[in-house]
Amino acid sequence: MIVRLKFVYLAAIFLFLYAPIGVLMAQSFNESRYRGHWTGFTFKWYDSLFENEQIFDALQNTVSIGIFSAGIATIIALITCVALREFGKKPRAIFMGVANIPILNADIVTGISLMLLFMGMGLKLGYGTILLAHIVFNVPYVMLCIMPQFMSLDKSFYEAALDLGASPFQAFVKVILPELRPGIFAGFLLAFTMSADDFIITHFTKGAGVDTLPTEIYAELKLGIHPEMYALSTLVFFFVVIFVILFTMARKRLADKEVF
Amino acid sequence: MKREIIRLENVAKAFGKLTVLDEIDLTIYENEFITLLGPSGCGKTTMLRIIGGFEQPDSGRVIFDGKDITNLPPNKRPVNTVFQKYSLFSHMNVEENIAFGLKISGMDEGFIRSKINYALKLVNLEGYEKNDVTKLSGGQQQRIAIARAIVNEPKVLLLDEPLSALDLKLRRNMRSELVRINRETGITFVFVTHDQEEALSMSDRIVIMNQGYIQQIGTPEQVYNEPENAFVADFIGDSNIIDGIMVRDKLVRIFGREHACEDTGFPPECPVDVQIRPEDIILGEPTEDSFNGVVKKVVFWGMSYDIIVEADGFDWLVQSTHGREVGEKVSVTFDPYNIQIMSKPQSEDEEAVRDV
Amino acid sequence: MFKSAGVKTLFMTPFCLWAGIFIFVPLLCMIWYGLTNDDEIFTPANLTLAFEPPYFKALLLSIGLALVSTIICLLLAYPLCLILTDKARDLSTAVSLLFILPLWMNSLLLTMAWQTILEKNGIINQVLRYFNLPDVALINTPTAIIIGMVYNFLPYMVLPLYVSLSKIDKRIIEAARDLGASYMQTFWKVILPLSLPGAAGGMTMVFIPALTTFVISALLGGGKLLLIGNVIEQEFIAGYNWHWGAGLSMVLMIFILINMAVTIFFDNSHEEVEEK
Repeated sequence: MIVRLKFVYLAAIFLFLYAPIGVLMAQSFNESRYRGHWTGFTFKWYDSLFENEQIFDALQNTVSIGIFSAGIATIIALITCVALREFGKKPRAIFMGVANIPILNADIVTGISLMLLFMGMGLKLGYGTILLAHIVFNVPYVMLCIMPQFMSLDKSFYEAALDLGASPFQAFVKVILPELRPGIFAGFLLAFTMSADDFIITHFTKGAGVDTLPTEIYAELKLGIHPEMYALSTLVFFFVVIFVILFTMARKRLADKEVF
Repeated sequence: MKREIIRLENVAKAFGKLTVLDEIDLTIYENEFITLLGPSGCGKTTMLRIIGGFEQPDSGRVIFDGKDITNLPPNKRPVNTVFQKYSLFSHMNVEENIAFGLKISGMDEGFIRSKINYALKLVNLEGYEKNDVTKLSGGQQQRIAIARAIVNEPKVLLLDEPLSALDLKLRRNMRSELVRINRETGITFVFVTHDQEEALSMSDRIVIMNQGYIQQIGTPEQVYNEPENAFVADFIGDSNIIDGIMVRDKLVRIFGREHACEDTGFPPECPVDVQIRPEDIILGEPTEDSFNGVVKKVVFWGMSYDIIVEADGFDWLVQSTHGREVGEKVSVTFDPYNIQIMSKPQSEDEEAVRDV
Repeated sequence: MFKSAGVKTLFMTPFCLWAGIFIFVPLLCMIWYGLTNDDEIFTPANLTLAFEPPYFKALLLSIGLALVSTIICLLLAYPLCLILTDKARDLSTAVSLLFILPLWMNSLLLTMAWQTILEKNGIINQVLRYFNLPDVALINTPTAIIIGMVYNFLPYMVLPLYVSLSKIDKRIIEAARDLGASYMQTFWKVILPLSLPGAAGGMTMVFIPALTTFVISALLGGGKLLLIGNVIEQEFIAGYNWHWGAGLSMVLMIFILINMAVTIFFDNSHEEVEEK
């Protein structure tokens, strides 16, 4: 009885979560370019997706801003974590608190205040300001991923490397960095995801003529979304599903090996 | 004659207000297996880290083979360390871990290969070259950590409580392994532990430390049989430590009763600590001129009994292969040569040794 | 790790520059705009604006909808997280993955898909008609906005709650059962208090974006229901009055600060327990 109740509950939650995704996918195969009217099955939006320059530009911006902002944020976060490890518990907590402000703050406030800053500095709103803004909110996410792993890394790893003759720099590159790989990887991935999905902060810090996928979608909302966007989302969804499945299988294989 | 390899001169170290090492002098000889033994917080690990170069002493010098290495960073010192948690690099396999130091110092491929083979053979793990270090047992990880240190041909190997993470059986096996490796390689071993049994069974010499001071240096037999103070007597094995007064040479007064002993050289009426090992006490029928008491508690340990006898308001710990009944009236006797007389702490600093 | 204090300072420099230029200075910019008028004269007018009829109504509506969404998220997330922590490991990985996957979809598109589901001739009403049931008016109502908020922010509730629930030692629950507590008693007296930090974290994580959103209300409220976020966005993007927008943002900041204080409070009390 209780088991069935649990199952029904999970099913209801997942219906709630996946209903819009189902709608999106259905629309990507819909003849009609208007949502809500099913007029027949087609692949044509997938064809025209590759010819739609607007979407292609937005996609390119999203990916490049995602990679650069995540990469730069990872470097800043890594350097900061190295230094923070050396601080006492109290100052470290204060610095982490400061770092978390962009996460805890409302996106609309972060977006507006950054816009005011960029305008005040005389920067022209555009690709560069979007990139800067994304670096700003990505740093704390990467730090959240790296810091716990760094703290749990025993000091003796570093000392062992020195003991075996490595210079401090060699010890960092050959021992500390590889040991932190999972955290760095997770941080980069999280930052990329945050960047690619951000709408609000981008909305305030972008200039005319530059769009990422989310702002492009927002702009299209009023006139009706290009159905190519649905096709793109469906492709992204399956790409992510495949990636996640492969990743989980690889991790599970590793975990299984550990048992023996 | 033994050749000196490391000498600590007046080494002192404090962390904030806490003095961890107080003007330590210690000489370590070539090829020996020397153990730094003491309770946690006694400064033994700090001393090891100073030798390894991970800590700088506040004052004093570290002399290695006649050269002052006090300010040399760890990567430039001819010593290697086996860490408490082994600290094997989890992203490298066994072979890469062992080769780490040799690669850093730019050795050629063939030399590294032969060194890996030699080291794995030494620690009885031939054929494990490609294994993932995180999947090895604790004992195997330990051996790899030793192999990784030894291939660099250090003059001195520092071992920081390397057995504490292993289970009891494995720990016993590793003890003889470590002694064998010490003999086979001729490398000086400086071993840190809080386990007196480990220290007694492995070492050539034991350095007993407490609260930043060296309490006694000696062979295992010396520190067990002739402790120099109450701390050592209490820390190594079980002891009955009684306040006594030296009447004259070879005669001590305890609980108002004079008893023969073998120690000499104390001034008359000098207060002393008297140590008697529980296994040296003989229980008998109560008599006129012995310490008489009542059995208070009996605990069976397998090969012997621990018997607590209350006599003259003091709880005597007695170890015997024969059990007794609680409430039984017994006498406590011991031979003069089993009594160890120790001088009382003179200064406040020395007093510290008693607060354990 | 690195002995010299110089290295420590050097390595902290990028972070301090980052925090200074991109966190504190922008906030100061906003406060400056919020406290001045076009003639650069200090005035509290932009703040008191929040209490004037159209703005105050938007603010109250925002607070109301955000509170309701937060509570619904909490009520939905608790059973879900209890089920997730209870499941066998393999199954729970699969369920967690199913839960995380939608996060990679663009939230604007998904919210817009809700339009298709909720609108007058949308999927829900078509299903109702199929069963000969009367239509329901959902789109452009507060209910639609709440559905959108719950949909978008439920993960923010589930993640912290799941973490704090999975941290609870199973033996504590077994001990409670062993001491005679029923399942419900165990939940109220053991699980709930222990998961409170996660629940508090989740509530702040949901409340703030729900309070400040302008996208969900724009998409599902049909432009009729203005939230405080919509008002602020228009002041800036449509170029009406930046000073007003900044002033209203500062009013929002008060709620955000209260939220941060709550988070920090629960974080700290949590750590103290751990230290003991």
